[in-house]
Amino acid sequence: MSDESHNYLNARKGLWSWLSTTDHKRIGIMYAIACGAFFLLGGILATFVRTELGEPGETILGQDQYNQVFTLHGVVMVFLVIIPAIPGILGNFVLPLQIGAKDVAFPRLNLASWYLFMAGAIMAVCGWLFVGRVDTGWTFYTPYSSGASNAVLWLTSAVFIAGFASIFTGLNFIVTVHKMRAPGMTWNRLPLFTWAIYATGIVQVLATPVIGITMVLLFLEKLLQIGIFDPALGGDPVLFQHFFWFYSHPAVYIMILPAMGIISDLMGTFSRQHVSGYTFIALSSVAIAFLGFLVWGHHMFVAGQSALSSIIFSMLTFLIGIPTGIKVFNWVATMYKGSVWLRTPMIYALMFLFLFTIGGLTGIMVGVLAVDVHLHDTYFVVAHFHYVMMGGALIGLIGGLHYWWPKMTGRMYNETAGVIAAILVFIGFNLTFFTQFFLGTKGMPRRYHDYSEFLEIYPEFAVLNLASTIGSYILGVGLVMILVYALYSLFRGPKATANPWGACTLEWTHTGPVPDEHNFHDTPLVTRGPYDYHLADDVFGKKTES
Amino acid sequence: MSSADTTLKHYFVSHEQQFDAAKLGMWLFLVTEILLFAGMFVAYAVYRSWHPEVFLQASELLDWRLGALNTVVLLASSFTVALSIHFVQKGENDKVVVLLIMTLVCAAIFMVVKYFEYSGKFSHGVFPGAGFEPHGIVDGKDYSKYDIPFAPQFFSIYFVMTGIHGVHVLVGMGLFGWLTTRVARGHFSPQYYTPVELTGLYWHLVDIIWIFLFPLLYLI
Repeated sequence: MSDESHNYLNARKGLWSWLSTTDHKRIGIMYAIACGAFFLLGGILATFVRTELGEPGETILGQDQYNQVFTLHGVVMVFLVIIPAIPGILGNFVLPLQIGAKDVAFPRLNLASWYLFMAGAIMAVCGWLFVGRVDTGWTFYTPYSSGASNAVLWLTSAVFIAGFASIFTGLNFIVTVHKMRAPGMTWNRLPLFTWAIYATGIVQVLATPVIGITMVLLFLEKLLQIGIFDPALGGDPVLFQHFFWFYSHPAVYIMILPAMGIISDLMGTFSRQHVSGYTFIALSSVAIAFLGFLVWGHHMFVAGQSALSSIIFSMLTFLIGIPTGIKVFNWVATMYKGSVWLRTPMIYALMFLFLFTIGGLTGIMVGVLAVDVHLHDTYFVVAHFHYVMMGGALIGLIGGLHYWWPKMTGRMYNETAGVIAAILVFIGFNLTFFTQFFLGTKGMPRRYHDYSEFLEIYPEFAVLNLASTIGSYILGVGLVMILVYALYSLFRGPKATANPWGACTLEWTHTGPVPDEHNFHDTPLVTRGPYDYHLADDVFGKKTES
Repeated sequence: MSSADTTLKHYFVSHEQQFDAAKLGMWLFLVTEILLFAGMFVAYAVYRSWHPEVFLQASELLDWRLGALNTVVLLASSFTVALSIHFVQKGENDKVVVLLIMTLVCAAIFMVVKYFEYSGKFSHGVFPGAGFEPHGIVDGKDYSKYDIPFAPQFFSIYFVMTGIHGVHVLVGMGLFGWLTTRVARGHFSPQYYTPVELTGLYWHLVDIIWIFLFPLLYLI
């Protein structure tokens, strides 16, 4: 190709060419920068939280400050990092390429989504910094939130606005997958990442409006005391919890489904094998998307929900284990008798398998009514959802970023550094959060800044918390290391080839090292499945060491 | 056909694909709108089942005749917008302009009626939530007798639901104004009339939501 140097990165120059772009690939990069910055912020806040808990007694944060810091940590990580990150970064960058489209169906709406997201994000952070340090936790439970500082208004508006960014992103992807596929790209030839983003889109479209209206009602509750949620005015705080979790439980699948999609693609590529149970993995994403809407009540077992509803919600919660198990077993089966190529992305895929399984199974445990009564609001729950959110969603994202990095930037990163960072992340993560399972089963409550009064009965709290804090530092070092070698790779990394992993989805086989502004020179004609490694090597390009 | 070609975005293969994509996107957006209102309908259902007698009594303060008038006005506007899509498909743009203006007028009538309803309520202390202090006598009804527990909640729900619905009507008015100028400038043809179709879909949803709000708030 004569115009290989011409690509989406250098097609137009200048800051404005980025801020006004409708190119899905550039918008993906813009999400990457934004989410990366918010992840750094959320991570620094997490370090404060863990440092406070490292030793008994008050160390670096007072009680109120501690509540404020974990609130912003939660809001930033949930609404500004984990929910938007994978669809925003990789969904945008990869999905149209994977289905052979020139762009998403609504490119301008796509850009508008990014601006909405940024507006929400800036409102949330500035509201917290300059208006008032909200300390409600990321869940904004009423009646506390409707009586708290006015900055709650900022945060609820921020969640409302960022929510619409999420809705429009999901809507865009659903339409893109339905209407923009290249000739021959049938539904059973869709890469599993695309399937997962599609299923995520369904959840984004169906769940997010409910948090939107909940935030509007909370806003009005605070402004006009409309009495929908405040018991003093005849409202019902449990209704707020129903509304909140009707979104926020499906939102868990907005976070994890795309990561599962990444893992499916990684498993296929790095095992050099057709992904086992392709159809089952694809449809289990859709099944999880729908089942995810039927389990919100398991967050409210001790919130005054009727025993009958609790029993039903508990049983429905167990059902989620089925499609999830289908995925996990099929990933393992994909590696079986494959030629597993242990590169950094695959290490993260294996890490996901390990960590997410722990997160998922402990999720089933807290879905059991009697167990949940004991474990509710303890560190067991904190450990569980960090295993899913960080060990699942974010590890999947990091793995996916390593995998698509050459395509996004045209550069390779240092493989040795990648492996060392992955090991640090793995050790640090487990040390941080596995210890919290023990703390939780012993009854250490979440959201406490000090545990010295428990030490008489449970002296081991001190050492477990210290271990957890040390683990969080190791995790932090690992993550900072990724940032450093990623930045180094941007400027000094060796140039990547068009298909360094020998993958056989369209974004690798039909584009140059860095894709063209319009993705493909000619619209691809798809004649095979996404993981047809049994076909000749010359179709996909030979595996190259980089 | 030359005008049609400029309306085809480069990332679509054909007009059919572009139109289908836009329409699917709009339907998905309407689904999100339904879920947005669903939250409020659930709140209505919960509090109505808790205090049915209060809701029955408080709803007496709403004038069903004005509600019915607005229902007729909105139904008429749905008819005119449907006709406008019919004529834009046939390329009779003069009729489209007239029909869109008629729709706009209907929407405006709706908002004017709503304005009189709201101001009538506010002038007698019927506010949502904590500001609720009904007083005065209108049409033989002594408003102060309606100062009962949980009546503020009914009016909170009334104002929030009809208020958010009203915002949607205003957005629709803006869209119809914009469409009218575009039709008048000859932007649409039987090959390309997507914005008219999509705004029509949106308007029908706004209409349908009112069809549910009217009986739930005014009649039962």
